[in-house]
Amino acid sequence: MNFDFSPFHLSGVVYGTLMNDPEALADLGEQVNEAPYKAPPKAPVMYIKPRNTLAATGSALCLPAGHQSLEIGACLGLVIGRTACRVPVGQALDYIAGYTIVNDVSLPHDSYYRPSIRFKARDGFCPIGPRVIPASELNKPDELDVSVYIDDNLVQQSSTAGRVRSVAQLLADVTDFMTLQAGDILMLGAAARAPKAPAGSKVKIEIAGLGCLENTVVNEEELS
Amino acid sequence: MKTARVAFAGAIHTAFEDPKGLRLADGRVVPETDVVWLPPFETGTIIALGLNYAKHLKELSKELTITEKDEPLVFLKGPGAIIGHQGQTRRPKDVTFMHYECELAVVIGKTAKGVKAADAMAHVAGYTVCNDYAFRDYLENWYRPNLRVKNRDTATILGPWFVDAADVADPHNLSLSTYVNGERTQHGNTADFVNNIPELIEYLSEFMTLQAGDVILTGTPDGVVDVNVGDEVVCEIESIGRLSNTIVDDQVFGR
Repeated sequence: MNFDFSPFHLSGVVYGTLMNDPEALADLGEQVNEAPYKAPPKAPVMYIKPRNTLAATGSALCLPAGHQSLEIGACLGLVIGRTACRVPVGQALDYIAGYTIVNDVSLPHDSYYRPSIRFKARDGFCPIGPRVIPASELNKPDELDVSVYIDDNLVQQSSTAGRVRSVAQLLADVTDFMTLQAGDILMLGAAARAPKAPAGSKVKIEIAGLGCLENTVVNEEELS
Repeated sequence: MKTARVAFAGAIHTAFEDPKGLRLADGRVVPETDVVWLPPFETGTIIALGLNYAKHLKELSKELTITEKDEPLVFLKGPGAIIGHQGQTRRPKDVTFMHYECELAVVIGKTAKGVKAADAMAHVAGYTVCNDYAFRDYLENWYRPNLRVKNRDTATILGPWFVDAADVADPHNLSLSTYVNGERTQHGNTADFVNNIPELIEYLSEFMTLQAGDVILTGTPDGVVDVNVGDEVVCEIESIGRLSNTIVDDQVFGR
């Protein structure tokens, strides 16, 4: 895909965050203290969306044979503007060039212990866009409405507010152990209870001020 | 052929072996001590294997008459973790167990999608040595191995040489060793892979398209020990290279 959302150039490096909605942990109840987890997470729960997953708005999301639906992770994407290493919380927003929408697509899975990467790293499982909005035009990234529509029906309404880690806190905690570079994307993480989209459905993620990211779920057989 | 990427006299160069040191692509021959070694190729997606040398697992499987192997334990790494030969890796002061992992790194040379094991080796461009550190104190049971353990700045070393696949007769029969301050602490052979290279490429390329520059770190054998500030750690793989690295403290990084 073309990573230039002019004037921004995306590096193609995309990090995801999980369990950043307190309700996601709350939904697990006592399980968080039982095996295999044994304790709630301390550091941000992170993963990587490799370059084969990157896609644009309008692309097809491939539903592999034997699966009924795809999980739609509607995320705010922080586009890093300059080398970010050990960024203090108070200055973290200065390191963000802009914001975009990321659809962190997964095959539904129940365990967060050591899930196979084939749930999240399939080709085309990370649409990004439709554009990058400069940080200067978005003053309050922690107060954005996020809506997910499947076939034009509103199926999830959430907000970037009230997260375990705010945008600034997440960037501070992550850059304590790994440096992010200009053009890298860090996802704030989807809200709890991500909706599922069946074959043939149209998926639209809207984040206030960022536009809409739209993709269609297609059966694997129909694509090949 | 073996090639390296080095920084010398204000530029980045491809370098070759030479009796007097390193021969740069432009003809200059320079002492090894005068260059900064970089990772020997531009890394794409970095794919790593956990528990790929479990000899005992194989034995146990036979006892249990298990015919199907479990799915390989795979995780991904970001580019910020990667450094070159003779680099420095930071040991945070709150860590009590940080260990190396000597691994054969398999570099993809051409796009692989839905490739069967029988055809997989044609997609391999070559090999290098990897030392992929883990910081056990940070292990948490959410999306293991969590990035704070396995994706830290400076903690994945690649090099020194990229070795063409054509020059490695059998990548599944290479001796691996790690030396800490000259003493051998880890020893194994790639013959003991649970999932060999063609199996890994078939498994991965079923769901993700592999591209040139993607690299598969094939896991490490038993024999990992804690390493401390000041230690020199050398990972050596027969026919591939000898990768050295030094452990430094927080102070070096201004912490």
